[in-house]
Amino acid sequence: MDPLVKKYFRQDMLPHIYCPGCGHGTLMKDLVKAVDNLGLEKDQVCVVSGIGCSSRSAGYMDFNTIHTTHGRAIAVATGIKLAKPELRVIVITGDGDATAIGGNHFIHAARRNIDMAVLVFNNNIYGMTGGQYSPTTPMGDFGTTAPYGSIDPSFDIPTLAKAAGATFVARGTVFHTAKTIRLMERAILHKGFSVIDCMSVCPTYYGRKNKKGDAADMIRWQRDHCVDSADAKLMSPDELEDKLIIGETFHRNRAEYTSDYQELIDRCKGGAQ
Amino acid sequence: MSYNLKFRFAGSGGQGVILGTIILAEAALAEGYQVVQSQSYGPEARGGSCKAEIIVSSEEIVFPKIETADCLAALTQKALDQYIGSVAPDGIVIADSSLTIPESWHGRTEKIDVISTVYDVLKKPMTVNIVALGAINAILGVAGDKALEEAVLARVPKSTGELNMRALEEGRKLYKK
Amino acid sequence: MSGKRVLMQGNEACVEGALAAGMRFYAGYPITPSTEIAELSALRLPVLGGHFIQMEDEIGSMAAVIGASVAGTKAMTATSGPGFSLKQENIGYAAMAEVPCVIVNVQRVGPSTGMPTSTAQGDIMQCRWGTHGDHPVITIAPSSVSEVYTEIIRAFNLSEKYRVPVIFLMDETVGHMREGIEIPDPDSYQVIDRAMPDKKGDNWRPFAVDSEKDVPKLPPFGMGWRYHITGLTHDERGYPTSSPEKSAAFISRLMNKLALNRDDIISCDSYMLEDADIAVICIGSIGRSAKEAVNRARAKGIKAGVFRPVTVWPFPDKEVTELAKKVKRIVVAEQNCGQIVLEVERCVRGACPVTFKGKANGSMLMPDEILAAIEGGEN
Repeated sequence: MDPLVKKYFRQDMLPHIYCPGCGHGTLMKDLVKAVDNLGLEKDQVCVVSGIGCSSRSAGYMDFNTIHTTHGRAIAVATGIKLAKPELRVIVITGDGDATAIGGNHFIHAARRNIDMAVLVFNNNIYGMTGGQYSPTTPMGDFGTTAPYGSIDPSFDIPTLAKAAGATFVARGTVFHTAKTIRLMERAILHKGFSVIDCMSVCPTYYGRKNKKGDAADMIRWQRDHCVDSADAKLMSPDELEDKLIIGETFHRNRAEYTSDYQELIDRCKGGAQ
Repeated sequence: MSYNLKFRFAGSGGQGVILGTIILAEAALAEGYQVVQSQSYGPEARGGSCKAEIIVSSEEIVFPKIETADCLAALTQKALDQYIGSVAPDGIVIADSSLTIPESWHGRTEKIDVISTVYDVLKKPMTVNIVALGAINAILGVAGDKALEEAVLARVPKSTGELNMRALEEGRKLYKK
Repeated sequence: MSGKRVLMQGNEACVEGALAAGMRFYAGYPITPSTEIAELSALRLPVLGGHFIQMEDEIGSMAAVIGASVAGTKAMTATSGPGFSLKQENIGYAAMAEVPCVIVNVQRVGPSTGMPTSTAQGDIMQCRWGTHGDHPVITIAPSSVSEVYTEIIRAFNLSEKYRVPVIFLMDETVGHMREGIEIPDPDSYQVIDRAMPDKKGDNWRPFAVDSEKDVPKLPPFGMGWRYHITGLTHDERGYPTSSPEKSAAFISRLMNKLALNRDDIISCDSYMLEDADIAVICIGSIGRSAKEAVNRARAKGIKAGVFRPVTVWPFPDKEVTELAKKVKRIVVAEQNCGQIVLEVERCVRGACPVTFKGKANGSMLMPDEILAAIEGGEN
């Protein structure tokens, strides 16, 4: 058995529920690899997830794990982080979980810049319920609730995160594992609200509905269409037309919420009241 | 001897009638009475009509709201007209001098110059509730002067303490006249 | 502060009592008539090293409370009708995942936005059945400012002891009135903290108990016991299951956790019931109207009394069944169109007539209105 699987996964919880070819398994493995590389104590890692395919992953990992309600992972994580700032809080959520039903918590946690790493396992579809279009389903693509092609414009998660105030924003993919692991490490270490748009693949629903081929074809598409953010800066809009920009897209430091709250406590205890 | 007072204070939002009843309740509490204070709110913070009330008793207060008031103090005509019907026939109506007492009222009436005192003597409209409180307590004798002064000072901003003590004194004098 | 008599608002007493019980986390969203609870929590918590956060919405507030509790902090939120509706899914999660927490609902007139500054008791059934699915829940309704203080402590204690969400059901009348109260001495009440597990063995099962009367000993996150919490039906390990056998064992344990301990949870207030022919049953602030009505009835020679469930859920069913055998008639007085009366009728089982007196227009149900129901059998 892979030593990482042995060390970080709950053996009695496996096998996982993911379909053959699903990208989520790869992303789970990327996360434990990042934790391993950072040498974090398992007791100090807390994984919070919402509802959907992405969010089932929390249960497989041998950390402090909580699988919450649909859209609310970031809000639950906010309570955990404030109450116990020493925990490394990692949120695993999906495109629908984070940006549709949980969109309000996503933007407000970003505004507060509360320290947590939010990994959006983005498969462009509601997989658990059988293939309905999501806020990241590209316009014109199909889902069971978009039988004529979706007329909804889609969210670009890194742009959304940056606009709302996130201080570390990146995109990884299932194909680019080494890069994605490094991004996860940096997101976990970053003192502030970090978001990684983790491009997964859903051959079962999104792929099938949209004639994207099998899992290998979908991952091959990632290989052929992704451009690193550093390279993208040198490319023209025309060259970037059908490209997906990956890597770190935004990073800056500003006051972090739990640190500021601790300062507030110190100030109040110092006799301000 | 048993003591029981059901007092209602009414005016327009922003005049501080709620705070007025809170202060009177705290003064009565300091004198050893049982007290309950409550209010009804309109949605607007300023300008709407506002009613607050206290029950002061030497015994346990079972029902916390006033059905029939022993005393109504009104600072606006609208408040006076609205609540005078719920004053006991042997009760007291305290009204600003500028107000017209409805013909239906035949009981004891005390008219006091609260509004003109606030504008002409103190020149501070914000003191209206404290001036009224000085006069109300002089009429009703709920609490001693010291207990009332302490209750006022505990509830108003520190920087306005002196002004409010003057307001209280001006209010007291209004009844002595 | 203890020993001294102070003038305190119901909403203030809710915060002070909660702090005395050990509340150190508050998440909320502004809503009338509960807002003073958030305001005072914001003022007091940081001074005590605790945390206050104004969340982006009611749902997030409930979620953050769950998170803080999972991390080991006693946590509370406060709201009113519209917000209480929004919190329901996560209240169900707290019941399912056995996360201790206290939800204060200062009731106002509904449905919908209703009358935000006016009193009501229209959320009694929502406390019991507001979230979907069968679930255990405790609800406590205080009738005075001093009872707010002591009962919010009991609410936290029950929440910690039984690992359930406890709904603290106030109404606008109790929330906004001020009374002179004596702050209880800390030696006069008990503060209960959730039980910690024994040393972790190899086969530790977080949700395993010896009997259905017991409560799982779940440690806070970050203390060396790594386990999984989920809103999915789960087994003793906390792992999701769809096995009918495991699911049956799970729901039986969850429901019996309260059912088998009901005597420890239920608290009722009785007034002049010893020789009563007529019992008035009511909750919260209407207990005050009812006592006054009974005093007036007694002055007229009518033997009436008051039975007031302080613990509303679980409903004191046995107590009401017994009461119905002793009195000639029961009057149920509520600030709504009829909710507790449904429970009363269920428990009375025809043993005596039940008269309902309700009011839902935002003005308080007055003593004389209840007196009329006592005298006339008005229906």
